[in-house]
Amino acid sequence: MRSKILSILMLSLLLLSAGCSTQAATSVPTEVVEEQAAAPATEAEEAAEAPVEARTLTVLAAASLTESFTELGLLFEAQNEGVTVALSFAGSQALAEQLGQGAAADVFASANTKYMTAVVDAGRVNADDAQTFAYNKLVVIYPKDNPGELTQLQDLAKSGLMIILADETVPVGKYSQEFLDKASADESFGSDFKDNVLANVVSFEDNVKAVVTKISLGEADAGIVYVTDITADAAESIDKLDIPDELNTIGTYPIAPVADSQNADLAASFVSFVLSDEGQAVLAKYGFVNATAE
Amino acid sequence: MIETEKRTLAQSLNNTAWSKQAWKLLSMPMLLFLAIPILAIFVRNSPRELLQNLNERQVTQAISLSLATSSVTTLLTLIFGTPVAYLLGTHKFKGYHIVDTLIDIPTVLPPSVAGVALLMAFGRRGLVGALLAEKGITIPFTFIAVVMAQFFIASPLYVRSATVGFAGIEKELKQAAALDGANRWQVFRYIVLPLSGNALLSGGVMTWARALGEFGATIIFAGNFPGRTQTMPLAIYIGFEIELNVALTLSIILICFSFLTLILVKGFLHKRLDIGIDLVND
Repeated sequence: MRSKILSILMLSLLLLSAGCSTQAATSVPTEVVEEQAAAPATEAEEAAEAPVEARTLTVLAAASLTESFTELGLLFEAQNEGVTVALSFAGSQALAEQLGQGAAADVFASANTKYMTAVVDAGRVNADDAQTFAYNKLVVIYPKDNPGELTQLQDLAKSGLMIILADETVPVGKYSQEFLDKASADESFGSDFKDNVLANVVSFEDNVKAVVTKISLGEADAGIVYVTDITADAAESIDKLDIPDELNTIGTYPIAPVADSQNADLAASFVSFVLSDEGQAVLAKYGFVNATAE
Repeated sequence: MIETEKRTLAQSLNNTAWSKQAWKLLSMPMLLFLAIPILAIFVRNSPRELLQNLNERQVTQAISLSLATSSVTTLLTLIFGTPVAYLLGTHKFKGYHIVDTLIDIPTVLPPSVAGVALLMAFGRRGLVGALLAEKGITIPFTFIAVVMAQFFIASPLYVRSATVGFAGIEKELKQAAALDGANRWQVFRYIVLPLSGNALLSGGVMTWARALGEFGATIIFAGNFPGRTQTMPLAIYIGFEIELNVALTLSIILICFSFLTLILVKGFLHKRLDIGIDLVND
């Protein structure tokens, strides 16, 4: 009997923990409640007179946008009373697949045009609505104590090195392969550069943040990520090797409101906010190359 | 007197029949909820496509890697789990509940937590991993890492089942055998093992099936490399994002494996287990 009760307890615990973990994985609502609590008294009074409808704007954004979009979400909430921005970060390919399968959302921000096109093809976004809002570059990262003794990009081909890349299905993984292709065509790297580097790869991660985390933990000697992934936090444990522009692939980030959004007006204003000077300044702060400047 | 008894009996029988129907009806929502997704996976894939996908390199690699790792995991579980199960099943000692709880923890823990924990322990900078790294041994991103992740998550299922099996053997039987001159090993080999065999076997099958399905701990601790650490669940996850057909094919295979496992454990093994108990009672 006791063991029966125990197993029921265990089961409910299990369900509970499963519930918690999915919630944490799928959406990261920014703390609008605290924001509002901290708002000046005059605003609070106004709110009391004309209660605003509480609305949630669901934004699906590429994993590489985690830090910048979290800040953009908070700013947008501060400027739009009663609005909660629910952010869901994952590899663009995973988000595009979710949208393709009918997931409800208001805005989609992808790390490449390919997955925006896929969503357009699936009928979830109108082709004319997609706009480029930022560019990004690749960089090689390694743990601060440099266990692989990297001094230049050519060292990536050294035998015995442990490299982590993003999977080719993830935009950054595709760009990494393009960098290897370009380098192999360059005399200073040699034509077998790509093959040698790929022979050193120990894992193809399913999103760019997993690459950053495993390198900062020192689990591998080098990885290829976006410049913007070296956040202040990450910079404490990793160093970088720049990839020259002629070998680099410049990633294009498109954003669009979802066509059947229940909050079309909010979605449109969030997109314009990202493209505004204020939004672009936030993105620049995190290392993105601005789209509107060009 | 007898008349009334008969009537109430008939009534209660009637009641039972009625309540059975009611319970069946009330059970439908949950049963449908469980059955529909499983059926949906089969509907989406034509048999010909399925066979075509089976020839794809990524699919075959994932299948063989999954079979290899989960079999090694099961073997290691039999070797290292049996002593623990015997200890828990036949002895009471100080700290029993601590050991007992420790065995249950992995079944309650989200696998992603297990993956992070394994990385903290056996990663290159980990508690134990740092010592190994000094000797030139790195575990993450290898076949061994996949097995370790599976062992952590799946081995408790075997230990649980085996503990019950060992605990069910009457002390007198072992004592009688010992009186007849059997040594400790002979008692274990000829009394304990045959009587608990079905519990061990069904536990082993459950561990094997759980290992086959392990995902969260594997992708964190062992990474994702086709042919080396990309097991079926990982290939489904990665494949889901590019080629839905690959994911569907592997899903169907895993569903079939799960069914086979349950049929084996529930039907065949438990039947034999029942017979085993009858024999003991005789």
